[in-house]
Amino acid sequence: MAPTVDFHQSGDRDVQYVKAGKRRLFVNPDADAARKVFRRKSRRMVDKTTTVKEAVSRLIHDGDYVASGGFGSNRVPVAVMHEIVRQQKRNLCFSGQTSTHILQILVAGKCIRACDAAYVVGQEVRGISQVCRRAFESGEIETTEWTSAALAWRYKAAAMGLSFLPIRSMLGTDTLKQSAAMELDCPFTGKKYAVVPALYPDVAVIHVHRSDIYGNCQIEGIGVSDYDLARAAKKLIITAETLIGNEEIRLRPEHTAIPYYLVDAVIEVPFGAYPSNMAYCYFADEEHLQDWLEAEKGEETLLKFLDKNIYRCKNHWNYLLVNGGLERLNQLRQKEHFADRS
Amino acid sequence: MSSYSSMELMICLASRYLEDDSIVVVGTGASCAAAMLAQKTRAPKLLIMFEAGGIGPQLPSMPLSAGDSRTHYRGLMAATLPEIMETCQRGMVDYAFLGGDQIDMYGNMNSTTIGDYLEPRARLTGSGAANDLASLCWHTMMITIHNKERFTNEISFITTPGYLDGRGSREAAGLPAESGPFKIITDLAVLGFDLLSGRIQVESVHPGITREEIRAQTGFELLWQPDCFTSAAPSDEELDILRNEVDPGRYLVGQAPLLGLEN
Repeated sequence: MAPTVDFHQSGDRDVQYVKAGKRRLFVNPDADAARKVFRRKSRRMVDKTTTVKEAVSRLIHDGDYVASGGFGSNRVPVAVMHEIVRQQKRNLCFSGQTSTHILQILVAGKCIRACDAAYVVGQEVRGISQVCRRAFESGEIETTEWTSAALAWRYKAAAMGLSFLPIRSMLGTDTLKQSAAMELDCPFTGKKYAVVPALYPDVAVIHVHRSDIYGNCQIEGIGVSDYDLARAAKKLIITAETLIGNEEIRLRPEHTAIPYYLVDAVIEVPFGAYPSNMAYCYFADEEHLQDWLEAEKGEETLLKFLDKNIYRCKNHWNYLLVNGGLERLNQLRQKEHFADRS
Repeated sequence: MSSYSSMELMICLASRYLEDDSIVVVGTGASCAAAMLAQKTRAPKLLIMFEAGGIGPQLPSMPLSAGDSRTHYRGLMAATLPEIMETCQRGMVDYAFLGGDQIDMYGNMNSTTIGDYLEPRARLTGSGAANDLASLCWHTMMITIHNKERFTNEISFITTPGYLDGRGSREAAGLPAESGPFKIITDLAVLGFDLLSGRIQVESVHPGITREEIRAQTGFELLWQPDCFTSAAPSDEELDILRNEVDPGRYLVGQAPLLGLEN
């Protein structure tokens, strides 16, 4: 089993609170425990480039708490998630903030045992993932409820080096009761807040537009929760559409979203977010995402689908190739720029 | 007057509540169409935001995801999810559209589980940002189909707060004062909320729909606004803009079945 500790019952807490959610915390919110980890984190600005296979093998372990950058089916780190499935990582805890496609991949690969759930089995307008639904309904995956903002602010609390933040959503609802948040009165105004614990993931994986070999990264389009997530995570794997020179980073330092000292591995993976949407680069492959949902309707069709798209693929290049290769990618590039002729 | 679908009627009605020079957070589909229609008719300076960070796009077409690149196309800012949520929490967002699978008479919504939480008969998507928007924005709105399964007091989980147990209970729970549910636009009626009790009350009935039909499709006792009227049908201008400028790709026709509409 995963080394999940029930921090609510760990006995080292002495906090006055009114009401608390009933569910478990999957990761320790203690800021000093996090400082110990960050104290040991390397500050060396060295070449961190590697392969997806090596990074997953070295940095992600069974039972780890994993979080993904991006939003739903947009700028999500698909290449790394497929490799997690191929390496059969087990008993992972996952931050289900806006996750649609990434959760679908990890649940299909039977990698997840616990999930902080804000948005989980849906695929936005595309419908519901049957595989995720079955896994959550059967109790195979333990859940604690949150909201999108609550998880964003849990990352922010961690990014700030704190153990919690007060927030004004979740109050009065079952979402609060089935969470691991608490209520606390403001010491200045007496007003009631929900307080959410810092979320320091063991590993975060973020796909960016550009990185240098040291891990200085630039992101285009919306940042989602990635600036805080990159700072909250104990380890950070970056995949980048393109590697650029350090001098290019230094030309426009205000464009650096993630500085090198947060990063543990850098992998250049062109089209690394396929089949999701990469702003200004390529649109989502809606047909392929529909194929996923279709394949999930039967056990055999799913196994066949996973075999073709993940298990039999050596790497992300193979995956792109079995789904139409450069011709398909060019269509998606045209679609992103409203020049689609297909 | 032209004929129109339920979806078109709901979008036109929703769009008329969005005031010029205000800020709205929308999702994909009908709510986005309502905001775009408002911009092209009576509220040209309505600012549209998406939960993942898109601010003020000049939308070339309907986004498929609240985080896709259309949500910040030629926008004012490509921001972040916490930036949007913190803007709501500071009290600068006037309207937000929500989704939910079940709604009770106080406008509380369930989108988490049907049945017991630990052994659910069905697991739904969860809050997403719905709870946040309903907690933090001034006026929350919803576009949905109207039936007994959806409008019921037998909701097993309150994912997203309406007026909780009635007016005053949001404030008692710690939610920001004076925020809360505003309008629910269904395929049968426009529903508002009684000032004293915080309960759902029918404000207008759509053309061709009877009060009996609305009662039969609602699982709890409805209040009726004393001056309850007939909803104004879409104008030819609204339909023209909706069909030819907001949704020329007829994307919303494909969305109708998701809402349970024939269209």
